[in-house]
Amino acid sequence: MKGLADAALLAVVAIGSVHGASALRQASWPRRSPAAAILLWQALGLAGGLAAVGALVGLGLPGGSAGVVRSLPHLVTALRAGPVFRPPDTFGVAGALPAILSALRLACLAAGLALFALLCWVLLAASVVAVQARRRQRALLSLLAHGDPKVPGALVVDYPTAAAYCLPGLRSTIVVSVGTLELLGRGELAAVLAHERAHLRERHDLVLLPFTALRRAFPRSATCEEADRAVALLVEMLADDHALRARPARELVSALVRFGTAGACATPAGALGAAHGAEGAVAARVARLLQPVRPLPAGAVAAICLAAALLVAAPVALLLV
Amino acid sequence: MLTTVNRLGELERAIMDVLWETDTALTVREVSARLTERNLAHTTVMTVLDRLAKKGFARRQRDGRAWRYCPSATRETYVAELMLTALDQTGDRTAALTRFAQSVSGVEAEVLREALEVIEGDGGTDEGTG
Repeated sequence: MKGLADAALLAVVAIGSVHGASALRQASWPRRSPAAAILLWQALGLAGGLAAVGALVGLGLPGGSAGVVRSLPHLVTALRAGPVFRPPDTFGVAGALPAILSALRLACLAAGLALFALLCWVLLAASVVAVQARRRQRALLSLLAHGDPKVPGALVVDYPTAAAYCLPGLRSTIVVSVGTLELLGRGELAAVLAHERAHLRERHDLVLLPFTALRRAFPRSATCEEADRAVALLVEMLADDHALRARPARELVSALVRFGTAGACATPAGALGAAHGAEGAVAARVARLLQPVRPLPAGAVAAICLAAALLVAAPVALLLV
Repeated sequence: MLTTVNRLGELERAIMDVLWETDTALTVREVSARLTERNLAHTTVMTVLDRLAKKGFARRQRDGRAWRYCPSATRETYVAELMLTALDQTGDRTAALTRFAQSVSGVEAEVLREALEVIEGDGGTDEGTG
């Protein structure tokens, strides 16, 4: 019965991850230590995914004393031998029950393996799309962009609307539009560059990728959408914190405000952005910069890291041991 | 190696500029004549035009024994494509890039403008907005 017990524990971890995500989203401490919160989000995502796959596969496997992963070869042998999932030849109530159980098991196993394949596929597809989009951006930038002494190290594109973003990767770049140069003063531009450089240096795109991919894969899942949105905001806060080490908060705030409100004026469809979700993100960042919060004490951060490690270790242990 | 890549990039850019500035399709010789850098080998210009055609930025058509090249789209079209990804309002990020801030509207914009007035009232930004 160890197989079933493992599956039950894994199911508990999976469901717990969803509840944990909901609690983390409502918590107020993440804005105090965005990096620790991001780590916890990653642990929740990884643990939830592993546990969900593990629980389904565990339910489907013939009961053994080993963990789910080590039982998989047994399944192959059992399938070759035949008797495990083959419906009994006898008919009637006594014969039907094992047949139904076998069918249920097979369905769980198939669902678990399908979920695993889907998760891998979604991550792979999102990576490929991101790499292709960046390649296209780089090709276009090499033909269109130029440098400007106002923004050393960044590429400038002749476009009237304010836009500033970074293109992560091995040959990373920061791109700003001429509209941005006209909108912002020298100090504000420096703050924007410091913010974007932090994104590039810490590869925040890699942090966001799995969450965005999951949101795309499960568009109806509120948990996936909220997780993606929460992590996106935390990543911005983290980059804001880095910018603050180089530039005063005043510059970053005025850059954020000018930037956010200028776009709204230029595009009447700006309401769409708010409707689609990132509502309050810019305001939350501005509020955090205007009334700085104390970072969490070192002990609390250490506890969060430990919790994240345990969270991932639990399903891994259940799957392996 | 890196300098070769940069050199090719510069040439591609200069040649695209020539194509964008001209209304008609140009032969390799005509492109060479319009480039500021005059002492380029014919084959070099031809190679770069070929590369641009392979990448889809230039289109070529037969004209007798020579090829004539023209841009596949206007410079403005490409700038728009570039910026559309960056200004995407749907919140549907591709994770290909992270932008500085999304544009906001309505109440949030009002709150932000008030916040800006507060900091500027504090004797804040003395720098011009360009």
